[in-house]
Amino acid sequence: VSDNLDWLEAQSIYVLREAYARVKRLGLLWSIGKDSSVLIWLCKKAFLGRVPFPAIHLDTGLEFPETYAFRDQYAREWQLDLIADACPPIEAVDPSLPPASRLAARKTLGLQQAVDRYNFGGLVAGIRRDEQATRAKERVFSPRAGDGQWNFRDQPPEFWGLFQAEYPAGTHVRIHPLLNWTEVDIWRYIARESIPVVPLYFSQDGKRYRSLGEIGITDPIASDAADLDSIIAELEATRTPERAGRVMDHDSEDAFERLRVGGYL
Amino acid sequence: MSDRRPLPIVIVGHVDHGKSTLVGRLLHDTNSLDEGKVKELRAISARRGLDFEWSFLLDSLQVERDQGITVDASRIWFRTAKRRYVIIDAPGHKEFLKNMMSGAASAHAAVLVVDVASGLSEQTRRHAYLLRLLGVQQLVVAVNKMDLADHDQAQFDVTARAVARYLTDIGIAPAAVIPIVAMAGDNIAARSKEMPWYRGPTLVEALDGFDHAIDPVDAPLRLPIQDVYRHGDRRVLVGRIESGRLRVGDALRFLPGGMTARIASVESWNRATPSIAAVAGEPVALTLDHELFIERGHLAHDPGRPPLFAARLRARVVWFDSESLAVGRALRLRTGTTDQMVRVESIDQVIDVQELLPTGAGRVERNGVADIVLAAERPLPFDPHGAYPRTGRGVLVDGFRVVGGVVFECALDGLTAAPGSVAHRGGVVWLTGLSGSGKSTLANGLVARLKAGGWLATVLDGDEMRLRLNSDLGFSPKDRSENIRRVAEVARLMADAGIVVITALISPAVADRDRARRIVGEAFQEVYVKADLAVCEARDPKGLYARARAGRIAEFTGVSATYEPPDRPDLLIESARESIEASTEALYQLACRAFAALPEEHRLRRPAE
Repeated sequence: VSDNLDWLEAQSIYVLREAYARVKRLGLLWSIGKDSSVLIWLCKKAFLGRVPFPAIHLDTGLEFPETYAFRDQYAREWQLDLIADACPPIEAVDPSLPPASRLAARKTLGLQQAVDRYNFGGLVAGIRRDEQATRAKERVFSPRAGDGQWNFRDQPPEFWGLFQAEYPAGTHVRIHPLLNWTEVDIWRYIARESIPVVPLYFSQDGKRYRSLGEIGITDPIASDAADLDSIIAELEATRTPERAGRVMDHDSEDAFERLRVGGYL
Repeated sequence: MSDRRPLPIVIVGHVDHGKSTLVGRLLHDTNSLDEGKVKELRAISARRGLDFEWSFLLDSLQVERDQGITVDASRIWFRTAKRRYVIIDAPGHKEFLKNMMSGAASAHAAVLVVDVASGLSEQTRRHAYLLRLLGVQQLVVAVNKMDLADHDQAQFDVTARAVARYLTDIGIAPAAVIPIVAMAGDNIAARSKEMPWYRGPTLVEALDGFDHAIDPVDAPLRLPIQDVYRHGDRRVLVGRIESGRLRVGDALRFLPGGMTARIASVESWNRATPSIAAVAGEPVALTLDHELFIERGHLAHDPGRPPLFAARLRARVVWFDSESLAVGRALRLRTGTTDQMVRVESIDQVIDVQELLPTGAGRVERNGVADIVLAAERPLPFDPHGAYPRTGRGVLVDGFRVVGGVVFECALDGLTAAPGSVAHRGGVVWLTGLSGSGKSTLANGLVARLKAGGWLATVLDGDEMRLRLNSDLGFSPKDRSENIRRVAEVARLMADAGIVVITALISPAVADRDRARRIVGEAFQEVYVKADLAVCEARDPKGLYARARAGRIAEFTGVSATYEPPDRPDLLIESARESIEASTEALYQLACRAFAALPEEHRLRRPAE
């Protein structure tokens, strides 16, 4: 397997099948963004046309209207078992966090709420190592204690694809099938497979969203890339990081690490 | 448009020898850094009262920045004029060896960073040793901090020679040993002005000379079954091909159990044309031509080339747990998609990676390497790591924690478990030659010799087989062929059970012997016992030639039927020229080479007398 996308797809399918075979009560975190839509596509490949576990949207009520429209259309079309509970209110969030991080931390609480409510043993998430330096340190199977915290000081050894998927009751495991993909890999795969994405990713009036979060904490970038080929060409040339438009990453040096240790994706 | 995979390379070496700095510089000098990143790093460095720290690029965690060490492996992408790379920055601190392994295991090439002043530290040696164990073959050495050695060639040579000697001892040939200054970028992307005496490649040139490890598509098929899905009314087996290839219509054999079936279809979703074949590295979904009870943990293989299948095996372990490993410890061994409880039966040799000396038996301390024997509850399929790495390795799990990595060396036959007995695996020594060439004599000599040494061995003699199992067969070409097929099948069953089987049949046809080889698989050793017809006829121990000449036996090989000698036998014995003793010894050596479970040969220095 020498083609990059074939290889990445093969790894991801292997990981998804391991997760499904070994982790009880699995769920998939669907942010409605490009990465988690690729993840759903890969599930359909791995499980021969179906997604055999629920897709969870952590709903803050602050998504763009286009995002909600996309969610409702494709939840039907892809026959997803959709869970879209509202995240707890902002008042429930640790007040010592910087302002934009507090908004993001609502999702952490929503995640914890979903784990508690549905008793998930494992959550499949579409994070990638190239997005953010602390995500670069992640494992494919990453355990989270009862409070959802990431113990980055003592991660389990993980090599030769012989993952550790079993953990004691009270621990859930995050599964990251896209860890080795890069942003441009995602777009090339979307183009190759004709995977639908929210239209906000494509340029309108000289702006497009490169990374899609909530209204108020996600900024569009200046771009004329109005189709897949232009997006790929733009990313090949850019030297600006993907999450530059995510306000919460830049609140303080350790803002994102604190979010992640607390259980954020 | 096809897009090549980025080459994964790992940066290893002792803590503080400059790995993370090297990575930062490599990215900067190949223009791979995001905008503003250098500015951000400058601000982060200043906040800690430090000069500019490249290492903060990858040391992203607060604890890493505050303490100035890498805790966990990180990944970062960069591009040279030739191709894309993904760099795995592995921690050098002893505390985090398991994280180093986690990073290094997915690399196809490695950069070993060595501080010119401190040279080969224990951690440097350990990292190099583990690379060898992980099977990372391509390596370049970067001798760093040359500025602190006044860019002096003599000092470089001392360190370079010591490193090269150690690497040679553990069986790694470095592609280059390069003097660098990571902080300043000397000999990384650009040639150093300070070290004109160095004429070898820069680091980027050396990396561009490496290649991807190749998927073992021509090796025997190994497909660990991950799961079985119901798809409509059919059962679909899914898994990833670890080695070899498959195609619709191929026969598959499954272990444990030994059931066989043919592949009826290769399933997929959203493909215009259904696929009919797949190779190593690809995930597949298969249906079979008839229902078998298969579940996760079964291993599918091509029937002609089975893996080892044993409950006792010798392995080399890397141990991570703070509690040392002792004989009798019960652990879970995970390999492929199967796992089961194993007991550490013995710890035969703990290896001091510093001096490469065996330090005797005993306990394996944290981060230690040792040769051990594992005894499982039931036999499990596996391959020797040296031959087929992807099915020759596993992890040891204690409760919910991964506490060690193992590579398998050989099967220790469960049937010969008596203490002190010779460890060997099953196999077939197939003697072919004219009647009277000496096959039975040599077979009986060999089996006596093996049994005396504690082996489990037996002879399947042609005459004996014809009296009993094959009493319904005559001597027509068809019956002779069937005779050989049955003997091969019996030999295979016995070999699978761990017995060394010596067959003594004329087996005159190349096609029949080739089929026997396919039936038995890789544990088949063909021996041509050669003697001229005149010699055999003169010996005529059973009076058969005389009867054939008299026309009383039809289709007698050598007289009225042809003998097709092997083209390239595994061993040739000229029984008219060699003594029986010498021939038996040659056969014994062959059996040892092919079936004895000797520890992997690695270059251990002998302890000083």
